[in-house]
Order: sequence, then structure tokens, then C-alpha cells
Amino acid sequence: MNSAELVSPVVRDLPPSGIRKFFDLVAESKGIISLGVGEPDFVTPWHIREASMYSLEKGYTMYTSNHGLLELREEIAKYLNRRFGVSYDVRRELMVTVGASEGVDLAMRALVCPGDEVLIPDPSFVSYMPCVTLAGGKAVMVPTIAEEEFKLNPKTVESMITPRAKILMLSYPNNPTGAIMTAAELKAIAEVVERNNLIVISDEIYAELTYGEKPVSFASLPGMRDRTVLLSGFSKAFAMTGWRIGYVAANPDFLAAMVKIHQYGIMCAPVMGQMAALEALRNGEAEMQRMVNTYDQRRRFVVNSFREMGLDCFEPRGAFYAFPSIKRTGLSSEEFSEKLLHQAKVAVVPGTAFGPSGEGHIRCSYACSMDQLKEALKRIKTFLATL
Amino acid sequence: MTETTRRSILAILAENNRLAPEDIATMLGLPIDEVARFISEMEESKVILKYNTLINWEKAGEEMVAALIDVKVQPQREVGFDTVAERIYRFPQVQSVYLMSGGYDLSVLIEGKSMKDVALFVAEKLATLEFVQSTATHFVLKKYKQDGVIFEDKEEDRRLMVSP
Ligand SMILES: Cc1ncc(COP(=O)(O)O)c(C=O)c1O
Repeated sequence: MNSAELVSPVVRDLPPSGIRKFFDLVAESKGIISLGVGEPDFVTPWHIREASMYSLEKGYTMYTSNHGLLELREEIAKYLNRRFGVSYDVRRELMVTVGASEGVDLAMRALVCPGDEVLIPDPSFVSYMPCVTLAGGKAVMVPTIAEEEFKLNPKTVESMITPRAKILMLSYPNNPTGAIMTAAELKAIAEVVERNNLIVISDEIYAELTYGEKPVSFASLPGMRDRTVLLSGFSKAFAMTGWRIGYVAANPDFLAAMVKIHQYGIMCAPVMGQMAALEALRNGEAEMQRMVNTYDQRRRFVVNSFREMGLDCFEPRGAFYAFPSIKRTGLSSEEFSEKLLHQAKVAVVPGTAFGPSGEGHIRCSYACSMDQLKEALKRIKTFLATL
Repeated sequence: MTETTRRSILAILAENNRLAPEDIATMLGLPIDEVARFISEMEESKVILKYNTLINWEKAGEEMVAALIDVKVQPQREVGFDTVAERIYRFPQVQSVYLMSGGYDLSVLIEGKSMKDVALFVAEKLATLEFVQSTATHFVLKKYKQDGVIFEDKEEDRRLMVSP
């Protein structure tokens, strides 16, 4: 039996992950400082861990409703309203997922018909394109550029819309660039969406990690609520990656479709994680703010250091990544990252792991301690001098 | 400089005093000289008292015995708690002194080379002070956490080296 041949061609032909390749390279090396990590360096705040332990003691070890615990949905609804001014019906418009990752998959599978086109900002989070492909759609990468601070340009979007275009993916604050979009900039996108009758899937998982601007939810823009599938989760803001809890807010028809897939494929998100998320929303504001302030301090330090060593680095206003340009070295993103790893023992992720428009850039996460950051940046500076 | 900024500078230093004024200025997006000036002011006015390092002496192989002593003071005319406290805190063996509410008055932390060392100090120096009414000595058996730092922290960076 040739087992490889039995794998579905759609899956077989999915391109391998650029992150995975780099992970293998790093795993072989020693003494590395990694700026390649896409998750908080903080452990989940103790009060959240403690609440989850307490729930285990009380015997919370069962399935929950497919939509997730009602109490948690109520807290999520209150939070979305308080923070972003959007309101959702907890029974018909909100569901708890296994991370925002599941939300991406559900949204694509619920909405994409064979051959439908999904416009995706390039570069962006690695899952969007494969999820579109797996759902039978066609991913259309919409380039964003450093000169425009990696914001989505409405004209570029419009120029790439075909009669098959159905969905626009939004992902701001953005991984890997750290770009954000202001209310005015999102409004210009909303006009294109309206004019072309698109649906928007907005991944707002980094919304709390916005520096110097108030975060805006795309769903809060006039006329956009019912066109938008809002995805978010607890991984980034509350340092809860391993708990696997996210959520989706959408109009009742979209939500019912997603719940249907979720109920057969997943059943429900783990209850321990849901109990932890409940505590995070009820009492986690102060700890979250402390983490955000720390990221903000490191962010300034990293950007300043890159600029001082002569690399162009636009100021990221969100998430915890800097995305400096390494074009002046004449190396490609991959070459630069591999050399840096071997010669300077610093791991970063080549921009191309997030899409072709990431070429010429590297993603550097500042989710690590100031001491590590200082050392890593010192090594990068020395490395640049050898090129 | 805003109150929040002042607080942030102090908080950064309290967490990691090896950061230079240049680094702190960058982290907060402030001019270097402004930060440097504020830090000097804080040093001069003794808001910043000292830049020290928290060391796990036991791990460093150093013999060290610590005891917490509850001290009851006999109140006297014209001798306030501050005066009594001063008589106690001047001794170099005394690491910290707090005025307490509740069952006793002063909480005194003493460190010495041995239990005998500490016991002798209490018997000869502390208990004999004229306004000290009584002492109760509690030896520390193990330090788990001090100044917000856990000594044997089992939490380490367990993240994958590279992730999306
Ligand atoms: C933009 C973006 N969306 C979603 C995710 C996945 O988040 P979750 O842990 O909630 O699945 C990530 C994680 O890196 C991300 O960067």
C-alpha cells in the first residue's frame, strides 16, 4: 500500500509551513535566544490558574453546551460591549471555540463555497490561507507594504476583487507586522466591503495589545456588524495560549452554521479552559494591563535598537512583533534568518513564512525579557557588522 | 513629567536596576536627560535608597540563620516607638524593623551566622534594652519567597523556540 498516495490531494498539496521548517533548524542548535516565539512570555496570571484549579476541585470536568458555558458567553458579551461598543445576543450570536484558530477554520468552512475567493492581507497569520484551501476556496493574497505601514490599502483590495470574491479577511493588530488600522482607515475598507457585498472575517485576537491608539472592532463600524464574523480569544491578552479558548461573534445565521460544524467536529471547548477564561474576564483587567505596559516598553526599545543599527523599522502599534526590513543586507529573509541563527545564535522568523509580501523582512517577537532582548539585539548588531 | 511616568521609571528600576537611564528613556519614549535628572533627584531625596541584588545565600553555600522577633515595648513618657525602633535598627545584625498593629509592637528580622549567634544577640542586646518588655523569637526554617521573588521557581520558559 502506498499510503502517501491515499492522502487527499488537497492536503498533500498544501504548502509546508515556513515556521515548521525554521523550528526544525532551531531545534538542532544550542545557546539560542529566540525572538521567534508567537506567544506571551508571561505564564497565565496566577489568579486565573487558581480559579481553574478550584473549578476542578468542584468537579467541573464535563462537556458544556456546544456554544460554551452561558456564564462565559455573558461575560464575553459584556466585555465586547464595554471595550468595543458592539453588542451580541449570548444565545444566538456568540460561541466559545478551541482558540481563535478553530474560529478561523469554522468561519471558512461555514461560508466558503467551492471556488469562492477569500482576500487575505499579505503578510499575515499562517492559518488563513490553508483554511481557505481546505474549505475549497481560493485564497487571494492582497499585498501590504512597509511604506504604508503594512495597512490594508482599500484601492489595492478593490483592484483584486473578481466576481468570485466573497470574503475579506482582516487581521489587525497584525501578526507578523504589528500594523494596526484606525477607525478612519477601517471605514475606507468598510466602503469597499459594502460596495462589493463582501463578508468580513475579522481576527481581533491582538486587540488589547494596541499601543497609543484605542482598539477598534470592525464590527462596530456603521453597517458592518452583520457582515462581520468577529474572531478573538484569550491566548494573547491574558497569556492563555495553552488553554485553547477563543470565541466567535456573528449574526445568527452565520453563527448557527459555525455551531453546527463545531458540534459535530469538536463538541465543545474544554471546560477547565472555559472556567479560567471566565476568571480572566471577571478579574483579569489589572494583570492584563501590566503585561500590556511591559510589551509597550520593550516595543520602544526594540524599534529604537533596530533603527540605531541602521535597519528600517516602521513603528508597530500592536501585537508583540517588530518587522524590520533587512533589504539593505542584500540577503533574502530566509538567508538572513538562517545566517543569523547559525552565526549569532538568535532565532527570528523570515517574513516570507507569513506570505510573499513578507520578503525583505524578519519577524522579531518582543515577548521575552528585557535582558534577553538586550542580548539578542547586541548579537544582531554584531552580526550585521560582519555582513 | 506625569505621575504615571514617574511611577513607571521607579517600577522599572525596582524590577531591574541594571537598566541604564538610556534604556529606560527608550522604553518609555522620553528624553534621556529628563530620565537621568529624575533618577538623580530620586536618589538625592532618598526615594531611591539603594540598588541592591537579591541573593539566595543558602544556595551560594553561605551559612545563614534568620529569626523574626516579636518585641513588646513598655511605653514610656517622652520615649516614642521611633526612639525604641532606632535603638534596635542601628545594630547591623538587624535586617528589618516594622512597627506593628496587634499583639506586639515591633517585628524585627535578624540574621546571624548561627542560631547561637542570634540567640545571644536577643538575650544580650535586645531583651536588655530598658523599654523592651518581652521578646518572642521565631527562627526561620526555610525561605520560599522574598521581596516578591520565589527562590526555587519551578516556572521556566517552556515555550517552543519558534511558533506562529
Ligand atoms: C493573528 C492570530 N490569530 C489567531 C491566532 C491563534 O490564536 P489561538 O491561540 O486563540 O488559537 C494567532 C496565534 O499566533 C494569531 O497570531
